[in-house]
Order: sequence, then C-alpha cells, then structure tokens
Amino acid sequence: MKKNWPILVVDDEDVMCESMAAWLREDGYRVDTAPDGQKAVELAKASDYAVCFVDLKMPAGMDGIETMMEIRRIRPDASVIIITAYATVDTAIQAMKEGAQEYIVKPCNPQEISMLVSRILKLKKLQNENAILRKKLTRQYRQHDIITKNPRMQEILALTQEISSLRSTVLIHGESGTGKELVARAVHFSGNRAEKPFIAVSCAALTETLLESELFGYEKGAFTGAVAQARGKFEIAHGGTIFLDEIGDISPKLQADLLRVLQERRFYRVGGNREIEVDVRVIAATNKNLAEAVQQGQFREDLYYRLNVIEINLPPLRERREDIPLLAEHFAQRISSELNRDIAGISAGALKLLIAYDWPGNVRELENVIERAIVTCRNGMLEEQDFSWLQHRGMPAQDWEVPDVPLGELERRAIVAALERKHGNVKEASAALGIDRSTLYDKLKRYEISH
Amino acid sequence: MNALYLVAIGSVPAQAMEWIENAAAEWYPLPIRRLPPLLIPEAAYDARRKQYQSVEFMKALAQAAPRDACRILGVTDVDLAIPMLSFLFGQAQVDGRIAVISLCRLHQEFYGLPADEQVLRERTIKEVLHELGHTFGLVHCNQPACPMSLATHIGLVDSKQKEYCERCGMQLVERFSALEAEV
Repeated sequence: MKKNWPILVVDDEDVMCESMAAWLREDGYRVDTAPDGQKAVELAKASDYAVCFVDLKMPAGMDGIETMMEIRRIRPDASVIIITAYATVDTAIQAMKEGAQEYIVKPCNPQEISMLVSRILKLKKLQNENAILRKKLTRQYRQHDIITKNPRMQEILALTQEISSLRSTVLIHGESGTGKELVARAVHFSGNRAEKPFIAVSCAALTETLLESELFGYEKGAFTGAVAQARGKFEIAHGGTIFLDEIGDISPKLQADLLRVLQERRFYRVGGNREIEVDVRVIAATNKNLAEAVQQGQFREDLYYRLNVIEINLPPLRERREDIPLLAEHFAQRISSELNRDIAGISAGALKLLIAYDWPGNVRELENVIERAIVTCRNGMLEEQDFSWLQHRGMPAQDWEVPDVPLGELERRAIVAALERKHGNVKEASAALGIDRSTLYDKLKRYEISH
Repeated sequence: MNALYLVAIGSVPAQAMEWIENAAAEWYPLPIRRLPPLLIPEAAYDARRKQYQSVEFMKALAQAAPRDACRILGVTDVDLAIPMLSFLFGQAQVDGRIAVISLCRLHQEFYGLPADEQVLRERTIKEVLHELGHTFGLVHCNQPACPMSLATHIGLVDSKQKEYCERCGMQLVERFSALEAEV
C-alpha cells in the first residue's frame, strides 16, 4: 500500500535530501528528492505526492513557503511538512496559515517523524475511502432506478447478473434515454468489480484529440496546455469498468486505438513512451445501428466484433408501456422528495395520458416530464392538466408552417432555437428537445453549431 | 560466488564482530569475509551534535567494497545520525549493496544501566538482520516481533525476535534464489 503514496523531499543540502529519502525508502515509500523549489514544482506536476517535506530556508530561488504554496496550487491534496533548523513561532504560524500540514524542527526523533507520516497517510486513506463510499452510495441509488415488470427488461436484468463477473465486453444498443448507462452500472455493481471504479465517458461530447487524451491520459508537455501528467480514464478504471457511451461516434483513429486496448489490454499515454497495462472491463453503448455502420464502412468490423461479445438490446419505453405507471410513480416520489414538494401521487387520468404517449426520449423524457409537472403542480396531486401540454408534443402545431428545407436543416434550426431559449445551457436545451446531452453534443458537432 | 563483507569502522569490540559474522552466516547463504578495520571518516563528525553523519560512513563503505562484494556491512561503535533525525541504529540501501549499524545505542550503558553483554549481543544480531534485510529488498514489516519492523527507540529493538517473520523470510528466500540464478 505504501508504494501508492509517493513522498517528495525538498532541501538544498544534498546530504539532507538523500539521507531522509533513504530512511523513508526503508519504510517502503517511493521517494523523490529536489534541491530547490523550482525542481520540486516540476516534480509535483508530474507526480501526485501524498507528503512533501520542504525545507523552509533555501538560498536560491523560492523559499520553503513559496515552494509549498506552488505545490499546493498544483496539488491541493498534497500534505506539506515544513522543516527547518531555525524554529521561530512566527515562521511556524506563517507556514501553518499558508496551508502546511505540520511544522517540524530538525533534527527530530525518528519516532516523531514516523508517526507524523503514518498519521497523514492514515487520514489520506480515510479521505479516499470516504470519497469512494460517497460515490458508491450515489451509484447504488441510481441502480435502483431500473424498475420494470416488462418480461424483456426482466430478462435483460437477469442477464446483467449472469454476466456481471465476466470480463467479456458488452455492447448495449438502445435509443436515447432507455437507460443504457444504468444497465452498464447494474452489470458493474453486481459483479466482482463492484469495489473498483466505474468510469463513464461520453464519446460524443468530445473532439477526437480531447477524447484521446481523456481516454488514455497524457504526459507533461504532450501538447500545449499539458502542464502536468494526467491519467486517462482507462488507467483510472483499472480493476473496474469503463463505460463508453455513444461508441458509434468515435473517429477511425480512436477505433484503431480502442481495438488495440481491447486486444492487448495495453496502451500509451498521449506523448508517452511507456506502455501501460490495465485490467478494465469495457461496456460500450450506442443508439446507432453499428452493424449497418460496419457495412457502410463507417465502423471497423474487427472492433465491432470485439465489442459485441455480449449484446444487450434495450427496448424503447413505448414497447414496455406497462412500466410507465411504475416509473412515473417512482420518479414522482423521488423528485418530490428532492425538490421538497409534497406530492401525494399521480391520478388515474394522468397515468392514462402518460401510458398513451409515445415517449421518443424514453425514460429520461418521462423523468423530465414528471419533474416539470411536480414543479408546476398546485394541488398536491399530479392530474391530467399537469400533463396537458404533453398532448401537443409531437403533434404538428396548427399555426406552424413547415418551411421547405431538408429535414437536417429543420433539426439544426430546432437545436439553435432551443439553445437560444435556454440561454446556451446544453443540459436544459437537451431536456427541452427530449434528447440526452451526448446526443445534443453530437448534433452540435455535426451541424457545426457553436454555443 | 560474490561475498558478504563485514568491516569495523573505528574501534569495535572483537566479540561483537564474531556475533555479527555468526548471525550473517546463519541467515545468508553467501561466503562471509572480513575486511581490515576502516578509520572513522573525518568528514562524518558533527561537532555541534557530537554525532557522526551516517552518509559519510556509507560513502566510505562504497569505496572500500571489493569487486566481489555483493553486500558490505559496516559496524561502528559511534553514534550515527542524519541531518533530519536525532539518531539512527543503522542505515541501508534498500535493494543496494551497503549497510551500516551503530552499536552505540545498543549498549545498556548508553541508557545509564550496567553493561550487559547478553543484551548487547541480542540487539546487535537484530540490527544486523534488519539492515542486511534492507539490502536484500525488504522494507519495514508491520509485525513488531520481526527484526524488519521499524525501531524508533531501544524498547522496540528489544521487543523483536532474532528471526524473520514468515513473510519476510519467504521474501528473502526468493531473493536468494534470484541471486543464485544470476550467478
């Protein structure tokens, strides 16, 4: 475990640096040393040090406090221990005010320093565990959102259990809003990878180069702005699962890179020359017909077969209408509690209306519609009139003349109009259009709409 | 086969060198050889602290190591320290060739107690196993009874056993096998 907590020792005296590093190495830590503040900052950009011992007085360049402040600017979570031979109350107070974790006077007793390091690392471990538990609670909550009595969906849920502990790649097909990510989470959290990370990446939301660095990480200096080394999503997901949403949208280059990761479980960071090995389960999702994309030469056939080891086809909500009342009640209960609104339930008439609607945006649209109804509801019960506007959705407006333009242009105009109405807010615009954010990003890219 | 060298730095009781040689021979399947004593490096003395900087001892050992030395352990009776720490029982390069131990704080007299040869012998053996263990890649063990556990005061040295715990022992065996394969 200690190897995961690198330590940095910064001192202008070589003897001090090397002897301290040697002593800490005996304890199993990976230790780097720096003779001045500038070098320390460079190292901190490349490595996430858990503890930095920084000498207060360094004759050339930055002093200890300046070095500490710069390190903490780059790595806010790094614990800095200021060391000095000149103990004065003033400098101690200043160091602590500027964010030093501790202030020690050299030479100190080995026991003191050993306890100090183990105390800091214990705290870091607890902080990490806390963050993981928080995330897990959120994820479990989301997992319960898969509510169904539809036989096809129940089969899919049973399949997620069966395949949960395999490493095989899964490809989930389904229209936007059918719950592809929820199914991916169900697979991950039911299996033996549940304790490890689940990392979701929307491939449609980023350009090719951004997606490449997002997935594989980059080395410091790999491109302008790469001021520090960064781990990619594949590395972060090590031991766990990576969920690649909108996989049908990735470029041919990334298709080739992804194929290599799937085949060899290894990759290079952008700008890096060290091969990184990972154990990651890949779950991909798409709302496109990938088999068709393969036939049209838009998607690599070999990648398609690598991804499509286990296939899950999620039915649209209109093909599982028996789930609409269950989901509507569930959302009403959850959202009213989140919004602190007292809602008793949904009337039979309103449910009838919800069941009849075709839900092009699927479960996500239903969730948004329920939220809107709760916000505007006045009498504590969701009635037909709270959803009356839904009847007009999807129907041609009587006073709206369809311009004589290609369908794509109509879509482009609808997107521009929605963005204008929502003041450029993509989340709100996508909800208004009844599509998910990644689909909207995809369309923004396709129509070259800046926002 | 490359040898493990032992060398006194400054004046060290002959008996202590015997204990060290026997302990090393018991645990390490290497030819054990002695070098003539080295002088205490002049640069090592810190007059303000009245102690000796162990880094200078390590340097002297690196210079004195014969070509066939796969490990070299220096033994001194003076008080060792590094700039950051008030004292050291010993120091070693993890996975390296060089290690040094100080007997100074292993004597009962250091703590104002009557001399006790048996206690000194026990402590010396534990320190030898500890520092040589580091040179074979072992890091501090979390089992207090294992000689590889970290001792920050003499009480912790006394609570150690004179043999490695199962885990550290297994690691050592693996390292010896690798070493033999290299040869």
